[in-house]
Amino acid sequence: MNTLMKFALPAALIALPAMGMAQDEGPTAGVNASTDSVFILNSLLFLIGGFLVFWMAAGFAMLEAGLVRSKNVTMQLMKNVALFSLAAIFYYLIGYNLMYPLGTWSIDGVLSGVWGPGVLEAVGVSAADADDYSYASTGSDFFFQLMFCATTASIVSGTLAERIKLWPFLIFVIVLTGVIYPLQASWKWGGGFLDAKGFLDFAGSTVVHSVGGWAALTGALILGPRIGKYNKDGKTVPIPGSNLTLATLGTFILWLGWFGFNGGSQLAMGTIGDVADVSRIFANTNTAAAGGAIAAMIVSQIMFKKPDLTMTLNGALAGLVSITAEPLTPTLGAATLIGAVGGVIVVFAIPMMDKLKIDDVVGAIPVHLICGIWGTIAVVFTNSDASLGVQLYSILVVGAFTVVTSGVVWFILKATMGLRVDEETEINGLDMAELGMEAYPEFTNG
Amino acid sequence: MKLIIATIKPFKLEEVREALTDIGVRGMMVTEVKGFGSQSGHTEIYRGAEYAVNFVPKVKLELVVPANMSDQVIETITKTAQTGKIGDGKIFVLDVQQAIRVRTGETDADAI
Repeated sequence: MNTLMKFALPAALIALPAMGMAQDEGPTAGVNASTDSVFILNSLLFLIGGFLVFWMAAGFAMLEAGLVRSKNVTMQLMKNVALFSLAAIFYYLIGYNLMYPLGTWSIDGVLSGVWGPGVLEAVGVSAADADDYSYASTGSDFFFQLMFCATTASIVSGTLAERIKLWPFLIFVIVLTGVIYPLQASWKWGGGFLDAKGFLDFAGSTVVHSVGGWAALTGALILGPRIGKYNKDGKTVPIPGSNLTLATLGTFILWLGWFGFNGGSQLAMGTIGDVADVSRIFANTNTAAAGGAIAAMIVSQIMFKKPDLTMTLNGALAGLVSITAEPLTPTLGAATLIGAVGGVIVVFAIPMMDKLKIDDVVGAIPVHLICGIWGTIAVVFTNSDASLGVQLYSILVVGAFTVVTSGVVWFILKATMGLRVDEETEINGLDMAELGMEAYPEFTNG
Repeated sequence: MKLIIATIKPFKLEEVREALTDIGVRGMMVTEVKGFGSQSGHTEIYRGAEYAVNFVPKVKLELVVPANMSDQVIETITKTAQTGKIGDGKIFVLDVQQAIRVRTGETDADAI
């Protein structure tokens, strides 16, 4: 923080006269922004952050479409658009108030006492009638938080691709985004018991990414691997993705979206300190992704004699997840290293998952779960407020809760509707069997 | 008439097509295929798991020519598609009993 202030203050003093507006009505050095301006700027940060995080839904869709086989691409796209839309609706109906009780608890620090749909401020609200005039508009906060909820669901769809039925998957998404995610998020971001204990998770390495990862892991264990993924000798049979161009585009889109994910999580932009922090977070987030990508590229070159593109893409995402728990306090160097460790983790974790016969189509479990845990632990290296014990305790509490609740939902769905498509459908591809259309129709009358 | 089936390395296709049209071949069918011969396969690694590439991409040419042109066509393909390295391909020659042009109904030598 000291080094940041040294940089920020002289810069502000130099910049203002140079812009020729110091004599006008605009802000001058040493005078804080008005409450109106703070309200506007904070809301603006939420809105910009929100639509950047929204764009991550496109990133997940492209990444997953590229890493599944062409016979399952339409289904993967359908799942992605449907899961985002369901998350939007159920976060509104239940999730938002479950996540932000604003001090009204049914069980103190554990379960919100506010039930029902989210409600926004009135049209053209005045300063006096705004929910929180000193902070930001409710609409911008709702919009921003909703996008995080959808991200959690996107993580699950990639792991379970190419074999899970559409409708049971979507029912799981409803429970995940309406209940599981917001309930555990209230423990930290809603001011619940983990927050009171001093748990630090800036933008959600644990609250968002590991929750998606745990739900995906539980689903993968219950669902089982794709047909042909592991042969009779127990060896892994690679199933190459259909389009690495799309997978790469998806990764870059996620990388872009992450600036909103982490930068927006500063939750304020009305002071010099906040704006400087948001900038610092953008830079750290970017360098962590770069560190992760390069580390994964180099390690895959050493281990497999050729650098693996899909692992390098996973490495960039691993770097992003790793920095998400604390994108503010690290220096650029530390952020690069935290991301790079994430990149190394995925290259080792992906073959390890295969040894355990856990079939994760896009590598979401190593990226979001294992690096989510790593990122949450890494907070203690750069933020002196963090305690390793509390970080580990929170990882375990959130993990146990997510595994148990999502496990119950998966088992109920398996017993009632069945989770998995039949063998013939899986072999022929979900696109034609379940949807009757192909992503790449080639042999037609055209 | 002879049906000449030649599998060649894909990057040689354009060169072979030019050489064949130069000696008077007026049509051919081309398909992207995969296969293996003495070149056999090799292993690669995808996301940390080794897999065998058993089939190598080739281009298959099919052309029907008058019997007296057959040797010249074979010689042209052999000369043009050759790199001297393993995997240059194979040529097979079969007798053709009939040929018909769909548009006019012409047959045999008139149809090719």
